[in-house]
Formats: sequence, C-alpha cells, structure tokens
Amino acid sequence: MNFKLTPKQEMIRKITRDFAEEYIAPIAEESDQNSQLDPRVMEEMKRMGYFGSCIPQNYDGAGLDTISFSIVTEEIGRIDASWSITTGVHASVCAYPIYAFGTDDQKQEFLPPLARGDHLGAFVLTEANAGSDAAGVETNAYLDGDEWVLNGSKIFATNGGLCKTLLCVTKTGQKGRRPELTIFIIDTDTPGYSVGVREDKLGVRASNTSELVFQDVRIPKENVLGGVGQGFRLGMQILEYGRIQMAAQTVGLGQAALEASLKYANERVQFGKPIGQFQGVQWMIADMGVEVECARLLTYKASWLCDNGLDYGLVGSMAKLKATEAAMKATHDAVQIHGAYGLMKAYAVERYFRDAKMAEIYEGTSEIQRMVIAQTLLRRGWQF
Amino acid sequence: MAILIIFVCIKQVPGITEVRIDPKTNTLIREGIPSIMNPMDKNGVELALEIKEKHGGEIIALSMGPPQAEEVLREALAMGANKAYLLTDRVFAGADTLATSHTLALSIKKIIKESNEKKYIVICGTQAIDGDTAQVGPELAEELGIPQITYVQKFEMSGDKIKVERVFRTEEVVIIEANLPALISVLKEINTPKHPTMAGIVDAYDKKEVIHLDAKAVNADKSKIGLTGSQTEVWKIFVPERKGEHIKLSGTIEEISNELCQKLKEDKIF
Repeated sequence: MNFKLTPKQEMIRKITRDFAEEYIAPIAEESDQNSQLDPRVMEEMKRMGYFGSCIPQNYDGAGLDTISFSIVTEEIGRIDASWSITTGVHASVCAYPIYAFGTDDQKQEFLPPLARGDHLGAFVLTEANAGSDAAGVETNAYLDGDEWVLNGSKIFATNGGLCKTLLCVTKTGQKGRRPELTIFIIDTDTPGYSVGVREDKLGVRASNTSELVFQDVRIPKENVLGGVGQGFRLGMQILEYGRIQMAAQTVGLGQAALEASLKYANERVQFGKPIGQFQGVQWMIADMGVEVECARLLTYKASWLCDNGLDYGLVGSMAKLKATEAAMKATHDAVQIHGAYGLMKAYAVERYFRDAKMAEIYEGTSEIQRMVIAQTLLRRGWQF
Repeated sequence: MAILIIFVCIKQVPGITEVRIDPKTNTLIREGIPSIMNPMDKNGVELALEIKEKHGGEIIALSMGPPQAEEVLREALAMGANKAYLLTDRVFAGADTLATSHTLALSIKKIIKESNEKKYIVICGTQAIDGDTAQVGPELAEELGIPQITYVQKFEMSGDKIKVERVFRTEEVVIIEANLPALISVLKEINTPKHPTMAGIVDAYDKKEVIHLDAKAVNADKSKIGLTGSQTEVWKIFVPERKGEHIKLSGTIEEISNELCQKLKEDKIF
C-alpha cells in the first residue's frame, strides 16, 4: 500500500499544472462565453501530447499509465472542464478503444493522427430515444457488398462538430428482443455524413456538442471495431474506461472550487474578520475538502486497478458518481461562500457551478452509476 | 565525424523570488517552498535543444547538489537532453562559487576525456535566482581554460565558430565571435523555454538515466571542493532593514525632477 505518487507522476502533474495555468486559465472565461476552444491552446496541447496521453509511443502517443492520465485530466479540469472533456473524451472513448479493441490495420490507420491530435475523436451512442438505455439505438446499418450502409442520427455528441474519427454505436440486426449493436470507426469525411445543430449548453460551453446525421454513409467492412454484434459489450467497456477520466476531471473541478473558496474565505472580511473564521463557512470548507479527497482517492484507485489489469468497473462507477456529486456540492458551496460575487461572470466559481451540473449527467448520469454500482454489489457482494 | 557535446549547467533553486529568512536562526525558510529549475538555466536547456536541432550533437545536463536535485535534471531530460550527471557527495556540500565551478569542471573534463570529443560548448544561465552571484559560469570557463561570453541574448553557430550578442551595459549590445570550445552564460531574453511533452517526461524516467558522480568518480582533490575548497564564507544572511521613509513623487518629468532636486537640497545631499 502506497499513496505516494512516483516522481514521474509528480512531474506530469507539475508540468500539466504549469501549462494549464499559463495557457488555459487566462482565457477560460472568454472561451466559456464565446463557446470556442482557443486554437493556441489546441496547438500547445497537441505539441505536449495531451491528445495521446494513454496511447503507447509506438502509435505516436505519450504512453502514460492510467494514474498519470487521470492526473493530466484532473489538472486540466482544475482550470477548464471544457478542455478536460475534449481531451478526455477524445483519448479515453475514441483513441483508447481503437488501441484496445482494434485490428493492427485499424491501429496503424487511425491511431497515430488521433494520438498526435491531428484528428479529433468522438464516441457516439446517445440518440433521441437512446442514451442511458443503449438498447434503444435506432441508427442502423446494413451490409451491401464489402460496405456497411449507415443511416440515422446521433445527438449530444461531445467533439461532434470537430471530430475526424468517430466511433458510432449502430444497430446491425435484432437478436430476439435485443438489438444487435456494432461499433463502426467512421472517417467523418465520408460522403453522407453531416453535422447538424451545435448545442448551446449550460456548462462546458467551449466544448463542442453537436448533432450528427448519417445518410447512406458507406463504411468499409474493415472499419468494424471488435466484431459485428459486439457493440453493446464493447460500448459498456469503453464507457467503463472513460468514466475514470470523467471522474478525474471533476476531481479537478472540485479542487478548483475548494481552492477558490479557501482564497476568498481568507481574504474577504466581514464583521471584522475573514469569513473563513466563521463556523458557517468552515463547515462548508471542511466538507468540500473531505468530498474532493474521497473523489480523488476513488479515482486514483480505479486508475490503479486499471494499470494493474484488475477489474475497475465498480470502483470506476463509484469514482464517477462521487467525483461529480462532490464537485456539484463543492461548486454550489463555493458560490455560496463568494456571496453575490459568486454569481458574477467575473468570478470563475460561477462557471465551475454550471460545469459541475453537466458532469452529473454526461457520460452516465448519477442514476446510471448507482444502477451499475448496486447491480454489481447485489450480484457479487461486497469485496474489499 | 566529431559530435558536438552541448553541456548545460543547471541549479535547483527555491521556487520564489523573495527569500524568507527565519529571524531566529538566520537561515532560509525552505518549508512549503517547491524546488524548481533555475529559470535562466531553463533558457540554457532550450538553447541547447535549438543548437542540437540545427547542428546535431548530444546534450548533457549537469548539476551539483543533494540527491533530490535529480528532479531538475529529470526535467532537463524531459525537455530533450540526452544524458544527465548529478555531482552529489557530502564532501561537495558548503561549496562557494569557486569550489562549485571547480567540481563542475572536473566532471566536464572527465566526460570530454571519456568521449574523445574535442568539440563542445558549455551553456550556463547567467545567474541563479537564489544566490544571484553570476560567478559560476565565468569561473567554470577559467577552470576549463576556454573562452567565455556572459550575458548572451542571441546566439548563432556555424562550424566551429559561435557569434553572439552580449548585453554589455543596459541597452548596449556587443557582438562577439569565439571558437569552440567556449562557455556562454545566457539571459532569459534569449528564448522562451517550452514545456516538456508528456512523452518526454515518460522517456526522462523510463528510458534515460541520471548518473550520480561522487568525489571519487571525478578524482576530486579534497582541498579544492566543498566547504574546505571555498575561498569565501557566508557569514550572515539577512533581509536589509528598511531605513527611513520613502517618498513617491508624481507629475510631469520636469515637476518630478524639480521636486527631487529641491528635496535633495533640503536634505543637504547637494
């Protein structure tokens, strides 16, 4: 048992923190308000390898272990959740699944540009009638010679309007009452593919969330990921892996709320003393500290389990649930501690609060996490 | 063909610009202060990377310090240095600038001898943010018996010749040429260091190593290293006491200078 990070992990944290504070922090509010990802940040993130954090170096990735990957996502999320969700989704639910489940040819073709950040990636499951219930997917494909022909539409796709490589959960048949799902790797330059509405959101506003439309999109047979009919099983595994990063980025968000609250509580004087000296504020700060640390420990444990080839599904779900709810509570209290200032756009806690609410919903709502956790516990019992 | 060896000297320093001193013990308060790579040394590493990219060669990062100084060398490796050496030994402790440069010189001589390469350049940051002496670079050049150019803000190299801009006095720049081997000490104006990449950090820990050298490894003469080899001694460190008042003058330049002269006359300074 050892909670100490390795010197390498410490260095990854330090450098990522320096980068995020130097490049992202000064423009985070502006990006939130104009809903744009800054191109200068994008270029620097590509150069530093954040788009290929979890991809091995022989595919042009950085070759980070999962704990380091989580630290990276946490540190970027500490400054701006729009960036951590952009890179987190790209790397954990698009690039990594191609590495984990793809054929050698698929890896050679798709991974290096994804890992370098030259191509942005996305993973799409959610549709008008499917989201939490993956079995409701209606986007479908049929085989025509050597190609699959895809039709349908996806909504709320993170990175949707920007991506070049897309993993699309598609219905390819019916097995009794359950649909047969298959995941296709789609190059978004393929004719018939188009981007619909770009959503205007409550939080993570700079990240791109779009509707995607498929009209007779012809996909070569070779672009099936992990086999025809494997979509449900793979999809769940992909989301399981992605959850760790969603947890990590909200650990960062909770940490940001905590740090802003500490600073403000020490500086703001009312009734003749800093408000941090009042018990009402202290209780909020204490809870914030405990919650964020719990979330971090769960996230690092899930990452550690993953690095050691152990089952991380249960702890990953716990981490996602705890981290997002901790961030929601922490950002809520951070706004409260800041009083009216906390309601103002000029203060980052206002953005944190909106970003936290997003995290309780995307990539598996809190309710879905509780379902996963409860079903796992009921099936397996509690094992430490 | 000869390979250019690019030595970069690095110091680990406290990550603050204002030193806090414990008034009771007169020593530096190091608690809670992270250690960082001296900023101008980072410019040195960046320059080394630029030289390597244009002219090829091998970058060797060097530092002297306690074992934990390895961290700044790892950072240099993460930025792209090829090898790193840490001079670390209890007998090196307490060294002043002279003993430090002597020790650094021993390691450079050893590396040069072992590699059989004659063509090399040594890059130092002009000064460290803790001691601010700006002496180690020049003393190291003397120890090595090679030309030195300090306060360098621009650098070019062709063949065995380097051509640099040296900031002589404020706003006075001289252009100097020298033959390699030579030592330069750089200013922060010379470039903007880039953050290491994630892959660079992984390589720095998994594929590269920091070689530790002790006094025996560099054949050090005990009388020339550490506290014994130091010609100077830090007698006391203190924060200067603020004496008297300070007055802020405002207005046009003319008004300010008139008022200043008036005050100086009043105080019988002239």
